[in-house]
Amino acid sequence: MTSTTTSPATASPTSGTSDVARRRVPGPVPFGRLVGVEVRKTGDTRSSRWILLALGLLAAGACAVVLGFMPSETWTYGTFLDQISYPLALGIPMLAVLSVAGEWGQRSALTTFTLVPRRGRVVAAKAAVAAGYVVVTMALAFGLAALCTLVAGAAAGDDAASVLWDVPVGQQLRLVLFMAVAMAVGFTLAVVLRHTAAAMVGYLLIALVLPNLSSLLASVQDWYRDAAPWVEITSAQYNLLGPDAPTGEQWAQLGTTVLLWIVLPLTLGVRRLLRVEIR
Amino acid sequence: MITIDALTKRYGDFAAVDDVSFTARPGRVTGFLGPNGAGKSTTLRVLTGLATPTSGTATVLGHRFADLPDPGHEVGVLLDASAQHGGRTGRETLVLAQRTMGLPPTRVDDMLDLVGLTRAEAARRVRDYSLGMRQRLGIATALLGDPQVLVLDEPANGLDPAGIRWMRDLLRTFADDGGTVLLSSHLLAEIEAIADDIVVIGGGRIVASGASEELLSGTGTLVRADDAAVLAAALTDAGHQATRTDDVVLTDAALTDAGHVAFRAGIPVTELRAADGAGLEEMFLELTATTQRDATGAAPAPTGAAA
Ligand SMILES: Nc1ncnc2c1ncn2[C@@H]1O[C@H](COP(=O)(O)OP(=O)(O)OP(=O)(O)O)[C@@H](O)[C@H]1O
Ligand SMILES: [Mg+2]
Repeated sequence: MTSTTTSPATASPTSGTSDVARRRVPGPVPFGRLVGVEVRKTGDTRSSRWILLALGLLAAGACAVVLGFMPSETWTYGTFLDQISYPLALGIPMLAVLSVAGEWGQRSALTTFTLVPRRGRVVAAKAAVAAGYVVVTMALAFGLAALCTLVAGAAAGDDAASVLWDVPVGQQLRLVLFMAVAMAVGFTLAVVLRHTAAAMVGYLLIALVLPNLSSLLASVQDWYRDAAPWVEITSAQYNLLGPDAPTGEQWAQLGTTVLLWIVLPLTLGVRRLLRVEIR
Repeated sequence: MITIDALTKRYGDFAAVDDVSFTARPGRVTGFLGPNGAGKSTTLRVLTGLATPTSGTATVLGHRFADLPDPGHEVGVLLDASAQHGGRTGRETLVLAQRTMGLPPTRVDDMLDLVGLTRAEAARRVRDYSLGMRQRLGIATALLGDPQVLVLDEPANGLDPAGIRWMRDLLRTFADDGGTVLLSSHLLAEIEAIADDIVVIGGGRIVASGASEELLSGTGTLVRADDAAVLAAALTDAGHQATRTDDVVLTDAALTDAGHVAFRAGIPVTELRAADGAGLEEMFLELTATTQRDATGAAPAPTGAAA
């Protein structure tokens, strides 16, 4: 309280060397480099390796379960694809969650954003990697399902051959879209919550609990019954699956739910992320 | 070159950093000294673009940090050694930075050698690192891009004495080669040992700044007396400048003059010595004490300025 002090102007005069002048300006970090780094980050920690390994094991296990425990009449490409896709739908979004929320949980965001202060570019790189993972994972899933179908065909003999390849291309593309939406939900939650466990739980709630909750509410609240398909994303997402393409109305419902659960929160979340103090 | 200009950062009503201005020049090590909670880290976070200022500016090499196209090549930053992904190995942490900056992979091994992390240590996960090892890894990351400016928040934390010595030499060499170093610390001795310029912050405000020699080599005299207020008045009456902090008076009077004034005023003196560095030390202790962190009733015993 009593301390009074000298306060000469800032530091002392020094030799006139100006590092501002002799600064060699590097070019901006290329986006491809950022994507490469983010790809590497999805596989260089224990948690991310575990998730990748678990996804592989679950997918292979799904095939084995079909072959081991389900009657041979059901051994079709579609069955294998369904069984492989189910764990993937729950697992893939976790990659996005780890990629985004992990930066905060482990506080590596501090280094990430001092190396790349334009945070939007890092977020975009992570989004690109997430999209890439959807494509690659589904390509592998199709390959694995095909492989299992061949194995099944050999095991079952000729009589099942006519129904083995039962999934049209359109349906497969819709499955990829389904996964992309799942990934986007995980990504959005991670951006908004910036907390790994919270985002994971949040995703499981949306994927597993939300539909039941929604139909429960619809059954007791008249006003909600008509609105439900337009606001509840998981059911809208499931309309993509199955042999029949969604109706125009169902596509529109997918649109509104994606707007509500992904576009809107992601926009707000990214805007917040670009400004939030990183500590 | 780092320029902080009228920087203020508020959290709600609380000003963590309040109208702070200073410059860190090339070829010099600038020590940013302040007690816990003074606002050092907050200032450095704003400087490195991790926080936005409420008002004022902070620039590195003439630009806002966020406007640097590939800052790793220009500014090495270590703000918090514990803020690293525990699940990655030390080497992987460096590889990610090396790739982000587009550097040749050999840089990683060079840096590991430079900071004294063995290959075996680098292969371990950061979670299992000691604080000192994390600090070394953080310094390696900061130096990776061969920058011209270093910004380090309490880099000596967790380093053993040999490590502290090593870091001092490293920063000295860096500055002697024309680099700008800004490092924070809450330890005066640490800053004394390395800094060419010192900026002292307390309660979010700059309380002193200048070249170390000026701040540390006291031209005046330190007198300690129970009746310090009376002594200070007596010194002022005798035509000297006097600054009182509790029972200590700092004056520009020579040793003998100060002694005579005290004697004539009939004030028993409990300590009388050349002030060298004591001004800064007393001020810093006062600053620390007023934050009331470990304030015990008794005033902390001054140890004299470590040379
Ligand atoms: N995000 C925040 N919200 C509220 N208060 C904050 C925030 N960040 C920092 N503060 C406050 O600002 C003040 C300065 O904190 P800062 O971390 O900059 O201190 P420091 O000088 O680095 O201290 P130390 O030596 O302990 O590291 C403290 O009182 C702290 O509580
Ligand atoms: Mg701090």
